[in-house]
Amino acid sequence: MRLASLALCFACGIALAQEDPALEKRVRDLSLELRCLVCQNQTLADSSAPLAVDLRDQVRQQLKAGKSERDVVDFLVARYGDFVLYRPPLKASTVLLWAGPFVLLAVGFAILVLRLRRRPAARPELSEADRARAAKLLE
Amino acid sequence: MRLAWVLGAFVALVVLLAVGLGLDPREVPSPLIGKPAPAFELPLLAAPDKTFSEKDMLGKVWVLNVWASWCAPCLVEHPQITRLAASGATVVGLNYKDAREDAIPWLARNGNPFAASLYDGAGRIALDYGVYGVPETYVIDRKGVIRYKRIGPVTPEILREKVEPLLKELNAAG
Repeated sequence: MRLASLALCFACGIALAQEDPALEKRVRDLSLELRCLVCQNQTLADSSAPLAVDLRDQVRQQLKAGKSERDVVDFLVARYGDFVLYRPPLKASTVLLWAGPFVLLAVGFAILVLRLRRRPAARPELSEADRARAAKLLE
Repeated sequence: MRLAWVLGAFVALVVLLAVGLGLDPREVPSPLIGKPAPAFELPLLAAPDKTFSEKDMLGKVWVLNVWASWCAPCLVEHPQITRLAASGATVVGLNYKDAREDAIPWLARNGNPFAASLYDGAGRIALDYGVYGVPETYVIDRKGVIRYKRIGPVTPEILREKVEPLLKELNAAG
């Protein structure tokens, strides 16, 4: 029974894909930007969790009904929060997320500069006696 | 001096990782807190010809519990939901992506704490509520505003520390 409905699902997926390739491409492009909440490190496009299938269906239906990508994203964010977006908007709560890497880079650079500056001045030249000793050793 | 720096950095890293491991990545903050509960009109689980709407609960503090017979954690949390209902709270069950012939015997077997049982076979209303992992539990106030959401099973601690105090507060607010 389950298998049959799964097969049916695949069948209608293929049927839909054939029906309107342009729509399917939009669904796929948008799904790649969205996070599957069940398997959190997968996109909605990659996941086969039942919820992801439902959400892809929602995306498809809404795009088909003439809504824009922006509308669909707003619909999902209203329900699941910014977490569904792989590229979250820049807000007070996400500043650290966006600026963090650059802050770390700046800190790393500052440490590098400090260390280079603190390095002792170039070593003193070898004295004439040292040179002679070295030459002797190398002979 | 150098050793102190390295040691300090190491300890800081350990603390950071320990905190990170302690957080539950499944606990996604819901944008629905403080918003009106999404509208619905759903058939009852045992009586498909009768419908139930969130408007029927206006003026009451209530709990919405999303569950399914195929969901093992739902069975784990069921004693807590039962206890909550027994303490006088109005708990409405939302049966999610389930089959009636599985859900009704499940309630008969495990006890039915729900003041009303709604049936959302396609999961469409659950989608409006941002459900992504059953069980999920919502506390909704008299004005129909969502005040709390729990993703995952309600544990005795959560019941004691979060749900019960909030219900008490909301009921007292009149």
